Amino acid sequence: MKTEDWVSMLATGVDAIDPKRTARRHFLAITGGLLAALAFTGGILRFNPALSHVMSQPMFWVREAYCAALTLLGFAAVTRLARPGTRLGFVPAGIGTVVLVMWIFAATVLVTAPPQNRSRLFFGTTAVVCPFLITLVAVPLFIAILWVLRDLAPTRLRLAGAAAGFAAGSLGALVYTLHCPELAAPFFGTWYLLGMLIPTSLGAWLGPRLMRW
Amino acid sequence: MQLKEERLRSLLLGGLVGDASAYHIFLSELSAHLRSFVRRRLAHLPEEVEDLVQELLLAIHNRRHTYDSAQPLTAWVQAIARYKLIDLLRRRSRTNGLHDPLDDDYDLLAAADGDAAEARYDLAKLLQQLPDRQRLPILYVKIEGRSVADAAKRTCMSESAVKVGIHRGLKALAGRIRSIA
Repeated sequence: MKTEDWVSMLATGVDAIDPKRTARRHFLAITGGLLAALAFTGGILRFNPALSHVMSQPMFWVREAYCAALTLLGFAAVTRLARPGTRLGFVPAGIGTVVLVMWIFAATVLVTAPPQNRSRLFFGTTAVVCPFLITLVAVPLFIAILWVLRDLAPTRLRLAGAAAGFAAGSLGALVYTLHCPELAAPFFGTWYLLGMLIPTSLGAWLGPRLMRW
Repeated sequence: MQLKEERLRSLLLGGLVGDASAYHIFLSELSAHLRSFVRRRLAHLPEEVEDLVQELLLAIHNRRHTYDSAQPLTAWVQAIARYKLIDLLRRRSRTNGLHDPLDDDYDLLAAADGDAAEARYDLAKLLQQLPDRQRLPILYVKIEGRSVADAAKRTCMSESAVKVGIHRGLKALAGRIRSIA
């Protein structure tokens, strides 16, 4: 086969690319994944019965902001890694900053608390299940992000898989806050982060297996 | 090189809005640069060069919607070329080449090589392996140059099904080529 003929074949009858195509797939995937994550959280884990009361507390919104900031950074990483030749830029430093700020805040909370309360602030009552439940909530989101990535062109598959896992984990954590009763910074600074890092490692492992093109 | 980058970029942008002749020039000028890029890195596997050039052209075509017009074209093409090169070397598991393929210089447009050999693929044979709903649209539109409307009539498919068939068929072709290489 001559390359000249190959080029002619590719160029013949070429279609215009719909510039909204990728944005539309992102929207579809995130909507679908989010609905599934909400259905799992509301239907199986159950929403926190005290939700309306809890929502009036500032710590609820600190927790939301923490998860939302990491979600935005996670999706920034995904969209960058999905295109060949783009760099991660500010994203790793951004994630580091959010985590660090939360740890400093959590450490302050622990240090200033009476010693007998420290263990409760750190472990709450659900530390054992929290990271695994976040991982479960993240599963449909991870599948959705993978579906978008498979249509794009990630060239660093392990990193792109990890970013997909991190975005799914942090958005999953945001959904999980509707169930989770824990509002102490040391708790979600630790166990939520762990819940995001489990899908991140799974993504790093799955990336090269599922996204090759 | 800057001029070349600008020229190729505007040709590709033309192609992305459906200008087939600009797109044809883009692919054929780019193929000379890709050949030179690949040949320098596959000095120990000369028989692979033209196959990889064609695999790259197909990959670039199939993934052209991931090009962001704000981005340098060289960076985009070269990231794809490196990805496919590493993929090939990994499949061959012969990574002890004379040249390190992992270098990071943006030298894609520094040289061109118009000395095209033939690739070892047989498009007709590859097409035979695809289902009719992908094979026939590619045959009528991409090879015989008929319009999508004409191909739709001949295959009794809708026009959008013909377009989807071409898109999926070319992706499937990329998969076939990877599995033979």
